[in-house]
Amino acid sequence: MLQTAQRGKKSKKTAPEKPASKKGQVHERYVEAFRWMLTARILEDKLASLYRGGMIVGGVYLGRGQEAVSAACGIFLKKGDVFGPLIRDQAGRSAFGEPLLDVVRTYLGSVKGPMRGRDGNIHRGRPRENELAMISHLGAMIPVMVGKLLAKRMKGEKEFVGLTTLGEGGMQTGASHEGLNIAAVEQVPLVVVVTNNHWAYSTPNEREFACANLVDRAIGYGYEGHKIDGTDLNQCLEVIETAVKRARAGRPPQLVVAEVLRLAGHGEHDDASYVPQEMKAQPFAQDPVARTEKYILENGLLDEDKLKQMRAEIAKQVDEAVATAQQEDPPYPREEDWRSMSTDELIDKPSF
Amino acid sequence: MSVTYLEAIREAQTKLLREDERVFIYGQDIAGKFGGAFKATKGLAEKFPGRVLNTPISEDAMIGTAIGAALEGMRPIVEMQFADFSSIALNQILNNAGTHYYRTNVPVPITVRLPSGGTKGSGPFHSQSMEGLYSHYPGVVVMTPATVEDAYTMLIDAVAIDDPVVYCEHKYLYYHLKADALPKESFPVGKARIVRPGRDLTIVTYSAMVHEALAVAGELQRDGFEIEVVDLRTVKPLDTQTVLASVARTGRLLAVGEAFPWGGVTAEVISRVTTEGFQLLDAAPARINAKDTPIPYHPNLWSEHRPNRKSIATKARQILQE
Repeated sequence: MLQTAQRGKKSKKTAPEKPASKKGQVHERYVEAFRWMLTARILEDKLASLYRGGMIVGGVYLGRGQEAVSAACGIFLKKGDVFGPLIRDQAGRSAFGEPLLDVVRTYLGSVKGPMRGRDGNIHRGRPRENELAMISHLGAMIPVMVGKLLAKRMKGEKEFVGLTTLGEGGMQTGASHEGLNIAAVEQVPLVVVVTNNHWAYSTPNEREFACANLVDRAIGYGYEGHKIDGTDLNQCLEVIETAVKRARAGRPPQLVVAEVLRLAGHGEHDDASYVPQEMKAQPFAQDPVARTEKYILENGLLDEDKLKQMRAEIAKQVDEAVATAQQEDPPYPREEDWRSMSTDELIDKPSF
Repeated sequence: MSVTYLEAIREAQTKLLREDERVFIYGQDIAGKFGGAFKATKGLAEKFPGRVLNTPISEDAMIGTAIGAALEGMRPIVEMQFADFSSIALNQILNNAGTHYYRTNVPVPITVRLPSGGTKGSGPFHSQSMEGLYSHYPGVVVMTPATVEDAYTMLIDAVAIDDPVVYCEHKYLYYHLKADALPKESFPVGKARIVRPGRDLTIVTYSAMVHEALAVAGELQRDGFEIEVVDLRTVKPLDTQTVLASVARTGRLLAVGEAFPWGGVTAEVISRVTTEGFQLLDAAPARINAKDTPIPYHPNLWSEHRPNRKSIATKARQILQE
C-alpha cells in the first residue's frame, strides 16, 4: 500500500517501482536476509542466556519478532549510506556490517568494544562508519540522521541515503515529530521504518495513538508512506528496497510502517505477562524467523541440510565472539581517564 | 569606527563563514532579509548562499541536525532565538552532544548561541540565564563573554573547539557595549581575566554583571576601597586558579551572577574557594544572584529581581566591614 504526499509541483503520483532483480537474485537476497535474521536470533538467544546466567549487567533487549523488517533495513544500504538503528535492530545492524564482536563486547562491557564499558547493550554504534550510536530518548536520532544527510549534500556527495528506525511508541515523542518534520523540510534522502510491535514497554497501542494507522501520518509530514506485514520477509524486502531506491533518487522522505508483535518482553527482565493470549493468535504475531524458514524449505531455496549448516556456522561465530569478549578486560576505574571532552585544556578540574 | 557587541558576533560569523567552508548557521528567522530576531546574521544569507538556513520552530531537531552535521565533518553554529527556548533542546545538547565523545570517542563540534539574560520588559520566557544549568552536565564548554572583544574572539574559538560549546551572549550588551575596533588577538579560552585589580575584595562574575561589578568598584573606590573584579569568561571550565590567586590577594570574595540562586556558577565559585582556599579568606564569602522567582515583566520588578549596582554595593560593603 502506498500513500503519496508531496509538496507543490512535485505532487505527481507514480506507482511503486518493482525491484528490477531477476528471480534468482531475489532468492539469493531472500536467503541473505534470512541469514541476518538467523544471526540476530541465535546471537540474541545467547545474550539472553548470558543475562540469565548473570554474565550481563544492566539489560538485554531482543529484536525477537522484528528480524524480517530489521534485516530488510540493513541489507539495501551501501558504503556511504547511514544507518540509525534503535533498540530491536540486531538483524539490521548485522546486515549493515556491525561485527558480532561489537555486540558481545558492548553487552559484556569489554574495554575493547566500541563503547569501552562506558555505555552498554543496544546503546552502541560506530559514528565514523555511519552506524549512529543511539541514545535512549526516542526520536532523538532522527534529526541527527537529517544532519548527516544534510552535511553530505553540502559536501557534494551524491546518491547516498539514510535509514533510521523507530517504534510505534517512539513515534509519540515531541522529538520524533520535530525530526520527521525537519527531514521533510530539508528534503533529505531519508527512509524511516517504524515497527509497530504493539507494545511500548507495557503500554498497548490504544494508549499511544489514536489514528487508524501510523502510516497515515506520512501525508501530514509530506512523506511517501508504505504499510507492510513485518512478518513477511518478501514484503519487507520489496517495500523497503523500493523506499530506499525512492529516497536515493531524490523523492521525498519515505515512511514504512511494519506490523509485528514483540515476541519478548521489553527487556529480558520483563515477562510480558500483560500481552493477552488473543493477540498472540493474530497474523501479525507470527514468528518471522519460523515463517521465513518455512518459505525457504517450501520453495526449495535451501534444503534442511543447508539450513542446519547455516545455523551451525552462525552458532560457531557467536560462540567465538562470546569466548573472545569474555577473556577481555573490563574497564578499570584507575585506568579510566574520566574525560568527557576531547579538548584536554578545557576539561574542568575541581579538586574534589 | 566603533563596533557593538552584537556587531562583533555578526563579524565573527562572517569571518567564520568566509574562512571555513565547514561552517554553516542554522536557526529560526536567521536567513533572508530579516537576519535574525536580533539581526546577528543580517546580510549573511545573501553573502553566503546555502549556508545560513532558516529552520522550523524545532529547537530539538535544530540541535539534532547540527550534531549529525558535525559528525559528518561540518562546524555548525545554531542560533537559539532566545536562550530560554533551548530548554526544548536540552536533551540533544546534554544527553546527545554532551555524552557523545565519552561514549563513542567521537567528539561533536557544535556551537550553540544562546541570546541570554534580562532586558526590560522581556518577562519570564525571554530573559533567562542558563549557563549554570548547562555547566552542571558533563561534556560541554560554557562561554559567557562580557566584552565586545571577547564576544568576537570567543565565538571564533568556540567553532574551532572539537567539543560542544554553549556560547551565552548577553542581550543587554548587544547594543550597550561598544569597542573601538575588533581585536587581533584572543585571550586563551578557559582563562579568567582580572578586569580591574584591587586588594580589598574580589568580585568574581561574568557576562553583563561584569559591568555592574566594575561600576560598584568605581563607586567604592571613592570610599577608599580597592575592589578586584574577575571576569570568568568561560564558566565551564571554571578557572579556579585565577580566582584563588585573586582571593589570596584580597582575602574577601563576592560572587555575582544573573541566574537563579539555587546552585549555579556563583555557588560553584564559593564552593571551590572555600574547599581549596579556605585559609585565604578573611571574611565569609557571599554571593548575589537573581531572586528565586520567574523573571518578572515589569521594569520595576525586573530591576530588583536581578543583581544590580545597589544590591552588589550593599553586599560588598557588608563583606568589607567584617
